[in-house]
Amino acid sequence: MSHILTIAGRQFRSYFNGPVAYIVICIVMLALGFFFWKTFFLFGRASAREMFRWLGLILVFALPALTMGLLAEEKRTGTIELLITMPVTEAQVVLGKFLGVLGLYAVLLVLTVSYPISVSTLGDLDWGPVWSGYLGLVLQGSAVLAIGLMASSWTNNQLIALFVAMTLSVFFWVLDKFLALLPTGAASALQWLSFDYHFQSMARGVIDLRDVLFFFSVTVFALAVAFRALEARRWS
Amino acid sequence: MSDVMIDARDLTKHYGQVTALRNATFQVRQGEVVGFLGPNGAGKTTTMKILTCFIAPSGGTALVGGADIFEDPIAVREAIGYLPESTPLYHEMLVLEYLEFVGKMRELRGSELQTRLRKVVEETSLGEVIGKSIGELSKGFRQRVGLAQALIHEPPVLILDEPMSGLDPNQAAEIRELIREIGRERTIILSTHNLAEVRVTCGRVLIISHGQLVADDTPEELAARAGKPRFVAILRKKDQGASRIREAFSVIGGAQTVNERPGAVEGETVVEVIPKGNQDLRADIFQAAVSANLVLLGLEQHGENLEDIFRELTTGNRGASS
Repeated sequence: MSHILTIAGRQFRSYFNGPVAYIVICIVMLALGFFFWKTFFLFGRASAREMFRWLGLILVFALPALTMGLLAEEKRTGTIELLITMPVTEAQVVLGKFLGVLGLYAVLLVLTVSYPISVSTLGDLDWGPVWSGYLGLVLQGSAVLAIGLMASSWTNNQLIALFVAMTLSVFFWVLDKFLALLPTGAASALQWLSFDYHFQSMARGVIDLRDVLFFFSVTVFALAVAFRALEARRWS
Repeated sequence: MSDVMIDARDLTKHYGQVTALRNATFQVRQGEVVGFLGPNGAGKTTTMKILTCFIAPSGGTALVGGADIFEDPIAVREAIGYLPESTPLYHEMLVLEYLEFVGKMRELRGSELQTRLRKVVEETSLGEVIGKSIGELSKGFRQRVGLAQALIHEPPVLILDEPMSGLDPNQAAEIRELIREIGRERTIILSTHNLAEVRVTCGRVLIISHGQLVADDTPEELAARAGKPRFVAILRKKDQGASRIREAFSVIGGAQTVNERPGAVEGETVVEVIPKGNQDLRADIFQAAVSANLVLLGLEQHGENLEDIFRELTTGNRGASS
């Protein structure tokens, strides 16, 4: 466990020594501000629903930028060799990397709490859906970050990792947007696989164990694939 | 446990169709500094990556510090300090921050970590750059950071892949001295292209060519195989009265053959003396030059040359090995 935390801590700190984390945080906050305030006063409601609606989408695009370098850059520069030849297992490396980026994501989420706080000064905010919405963001974010880490384990090129992770995440987000065109059976299956479907129900204040399990399963699956990819190196 | 720290048995590695390493078998004992020599692509780095459990061999196995690379890779890694080729480090980190990270990964904590940090920083003379980010450092300093991270947990086995490459002669001399010092009680395998390096640093040489071990010997014995030494002196006549050069040198007892030819500069003469046995004739040559009233401008020892044997072993036996 201590190895996982050491790797996570190093990863977390190194984000603040480079530009990527700052850029991502700035873009997310700017985009959120733009979309949120654009319509906030039109609705005239003291609700954070709109924030979650937009944040869920923005993060699907933004988070892959945080994960793209996690393994790809270590492979490109060769630092992976020093990391893996320390007395750690591949699983510890993957989990450490994941926790490191999850830590940065937590910082990002804490920064967005300014929105519900602002809203609560303007009217009577119901905090219940806000907390369940944040739980949804943590869960959906974990899944996107795990997918990003998985993509990063497949290549030593950060841009490829970024592109693959973004494509996969956006794909899973967009799945429930074209259901009207499909037969019912396929539609409900696709809906069930959609990130946004599970996330939006949490943003409405409904915490359903099935939604939690869905994101948890995606996260575990993606991390397992990343682990296998890292381990396959030894036998290539 | 015996004092065999590295026991490689029949290590073989295929990359697809290419065989990078074929049945490499060798042992390294405690306190040995072994030089791993070979042309690029001969299998040095592959062997090191196998020993550090970064990649698995296609055949054979190895024990490091008594632990098997397949059965207990964590124990193997604990026993090893590793400096990979081209010293990959996290450039965005500060030197101290990085060494602390490695220390923690090596399960060092609190005051023990601080003590080791201080020791390793002193050993590798990193004091002046400890607060700088690794990306800002010169190649020499980066190399030392790489060595420091390999040494911090005081491992019984050190595996250094080209620790001297890219260093200027002063830096190389410092690192060489450090390696020699460390090598007294620990086991070191280092790979290099530099043959002079091996002679000074290593007690034993493994030469690898086309994935096969072709020599395993001390540098001296390998050199002896390359044939007798010869001595080349550059001389100038002091005055017209100087005796004839060839006669003056023929009186050297140990000399078998003396050849004379004009030097590159007008008035200089080059004399080649081949001894009967393996003895060092440099003192005799000097005496002979003085007594014949000649000025000795230069004196070199040739032939006792690792380079020759290296070239012979890594190119000459190509047909024989397949």
